[in-house]
Amino acid sequence: MTIQALKQQALEVRKTLLSMIYQAKTGHTGGALSSTDLITALYFEVMHIDPSNPKWEGRDYFILSKGHSVEGYLSALAKRGFFDESLLSTFCQYKSPLIGHPNNKIPGIEMNTGALGHGLSISVGMAIGLKKDKKPNRVFTLMGDGELAEGSVWEAAMAASHYKLDNLIAIVDRNHLQISGSTEDVMGLEPLRERWESFGWQVEEIDGNSMLEVVNALKAAPFKEHKPSLIIANTTKGKGVKEMEDIPSWHHGVPNQHLYEQAMLDFESMEKELQNV
Amino acid sequence: MTEKIATRHAYGQALAELGKNENILALDADVSTCTMSCDFGREYPHRFINVGIAEANMVGIAAGLSTLGYIPFVHSFAMFSAGRCFEQIRNSLAYPKLNVKVVGTHAGLSVGEDGATHQCLEDIGIMRTIPGMIVVHPCDGYETKKAVEAIALHKGPCYLRLGRAALDIVTGKDDYSFELGKAVTMKDGSDATIIAVGMMVQAALKAAETLEEDGISVRVLNMHTIKPIDTEAIIKAAKETGVIITAEEHNIIGGLGSAVTETVTEFFPVPVFRLGSNDTFGQSGNAEQLMDFYGLTDLGVIEMVKKGLRSKNYLKDVNNK
Repeated sequence: MTIQALKQQALEVRKTLLSMIYQAKTGHTGGALSSTDLITALYFEVMHIDPSNPKWEGRDYFILSKGHSVEGYLSALAKRGFFDESLLSTFCQYKSPLIGHPNNKIPGIEMNTGALGHGLSISVGMAIGLKKDKKPNRVFTLMGDGELAEGSVWEAAMAASHYKLDNLIAIVDRNHLQISGSTEDVMGLEPLRERWESFGWQVEEIDGNSMLEVVNALKAAPFKEHKPSLIIANTTKGKGVKEMEDIPSWHHGVPNQHLYEQAMLDFESMEKELQNV
Repeated sequence: MTEKIATRHAYGQALAELGKNENILALDADVSTCTMSCDFGREYPHRFINVGIAEANMVGIAAGLSTLGYIPFVHSFAMFSAGRCFEQIRNSLAYPKLNVKVVGTHAGLSVGEDGATHQCLEDIGIMRTIPGMIVVHPCDGYETKKAVEAIALHKGPCYLRLGRAALDIVTGKDDYSFELGKAVTMKDGSDATIIAVGMMVQAALKAAETLEEDGISVRVLNMHTIKPIDTEAIIKAAKETGVIITAEEHNIIGGLGSAVTETVTEFFPVPVFRLGSNDTFGQSGNAEQLMDFYGLTDLGVIEMVKKGLRSKNYLKDVNNK
């Protein structure tokens, strides 16, 4: 896909995820919007996948460690053809298979995630297994930045470099906000790049809401032989809806009718802008 | 009697034998020479992973490996495999129904000198509350081997509880058969039933022998699988003997005693007396001293059986009035 088409696709994912949250009256809006460009790039351009055969042996693996951003993930999976898009309207409803966090019963989802601090360990396990099997498949993991306060992330970070897992590419959705405030006020993560480097990772830092930079970085990964790769994707929480951008309360906020309609109008004008480029 | 062997030692040999199955992996958090997963590591170094002292990460790695079709066995002391990793086990192994086996060695007071930080008396309770989790606590080396074979064949998450102390073999007879979820009648009897797990099976057998000399006929059930529990055997014991005594090297809250009581209360209420650690932490001492201090001996079992019989007779009197 061209960068232009991917941008258009990301916009579609944003529209859909916001509709899901609006309809369900629940969800994690801010983080879903900040990570949309990353997930779109992975599913529509970067990863080797076959939606008609989700368990295809040659597939790349994706773990959404920040499982609360499930809305964008499900939207991307549906739009990519893993399951019928009409199912998305049942998100978080009683008896819907689309529950509030990722679940491996859904085609295309490898693991039940959402308990923060688990995803990187699971990905390390997958990467070790793939190396053991001498397979070229890669493992992509998307973590939240607030999540990095979990100690188990650093246990896994240590293990990934110890086992020289150059088939593992982790991404941090660095939106600088978590549920109770700024990451640096709650539990400072900086100097983040140096911390990961000192754990033996090859680190690249990008604008995680620039489709061009996202695609270029993901395509360039893994960055170095015998080392796990980390992409610090600087993003804006709530990206795409001006009223939500950079406001911690939109971590778990649900738009009212007025704001929802306003956001949809914003998306439409963004769409027009894209088409005029 | 054959030579004594700790269940963890029997386990190490059994796992190494299972290594013929190339899907089986062993993961350990730096204590493989204690959990005895080192036996497997020696035979199959390319399928053995020492993750360092990082139990939570070990469980996550096992989850990832399992999604690729491997059957990982993860090892540490019960305190740290089951105790520390409850949430990893619950969310990343049991919820996605992954085929991973969690092994907790050095369970209970018989760890000895290390004291309360390492004497896990809560793991059966913790693991038993996780949906779909199989919980197995064998009583001797022979049964451990059978248990390991059975959980390896079972497709899904299992918890295997093992001990440090060397124990007599009491199950290694020709007619002995091990089936997950099926209690083994070690001795039949009609006045009371002792339901025991782990090393308390040996104590229960000794107690039953002594009581027999006093003319008291006691049934001994070895409930090696605490979950799913053998409801049928428990109801039968309640109906036929009228009183049940449970014996475990575990807190009486949440463990075997609780599981048996839940069943009895629901299906055929009779008095149940629970012998175990009485909502307390352990301390230093050798295994024998500690088991003696906390009453987890044949004498402790006898006392509890007598208490149970008094209660049974009292109820009989009340009902006859």
